[in-house]
Amino acid sequence: MANFTPVSAAIGGALIGLAATLLMLINGRMAGVSGILASCLDFRTKDRIGSAAFLAGLILAPITGGVVGFAIPTPEMPSSWALILISGLLVGFGTRLGGGCTSGHGVCGVARLSRRSIVATSIFMMTAILVVAVSRHVFAG
Amino acid sequence: MQITVAFVCGFIFGWGLLISAMVQPAKVIGFLDIFGVWDPSLAVVMVAALAVSAGGFRYAKLRQRPILASRSIWPTRTEIDGPLVIGATLFGVGWGLVGLCPGPAIENLATLSPRVTAFVLAMAFGMVLHGLWASRRRGRVQRQIVTVLTADG
Repeated sequence: MANFTPVSAAIGGALIGLAATLLMLINGRMAGVSGILASCLDFRTKDRIGSAAFLAGLILAPITGGVVGFAIPTPEMPSSWALILISGLLVGFGTRLGGGCTSGHGVCGVARLSRRSIVATSIFMMTAILVVAVSRHVFAG
Repeated sequence: MQITVAFVCGFIFGWGLLISAMVQPAKVIGFLDIFGVWDPSLAVVMVAALAVSAGGFRYAKLRQRPILASRSIWPTRTEIDGPLVIGATLFGVGWGLVGLCPGPAIENLATLSPRVTAFVLAMAFGMVLHGLWASRRRGRVQRQIVTVLTADG
């Protein structure tokens, strides 16, 4: 547990919860990022501009972070482009088929004690843990 | 005004991912890697986010309507079905392979990393593919009231 950072994790988590609360309390919308991105891509919805604004705020955060000494490090990504593209496809298709991601199901849904969200969160957590276990320890390169 | 609120909420959400370091795929993999040097930070992020939003949602539900919108859109579905299980599994595989879920992936666009950009484009393409597939499927089961668009998040 050498990399455990409980204090910053708790502060960051509280901010995520605050953002989800405010979006529901003021705009009546769920802060599920996969759903927001999907509505941004859907030409039939009226929520497109609001969704785009949420995503713009999300992207602006690390830019302002860099100004006040909270620079975002260059993300460690796999070297294989094929792996990146396949993963992106799976995340995009899977979150729409399952109706949510880490924020929509994992935070907002579990906070509402939604049965669907609790099941979905357990499944994607266990699947991801299994994938990491296999890729890092079984086929460790 | 609602657009400004959405923007500010995205901004606060982004700062939450930034401060907790969940924007970094390596930090997320550190949590998922329970057989390695396990880092439980993501669990603390989830618990803190849940504690705040559970209270916040409870208050939001008590109010008749949201402050700016005419009504709140709460998910209504309760059934555990095939799409939920298969969708969550596919997402879990993609998440485990790279360590990026939609929020951090989009936030990382700010780093101008070509690999992150490719990931986000593939993710958006996956969503569009799902939309096309779902509407074709809806066409086939015409007149049956299927609200596939009613998502959870």
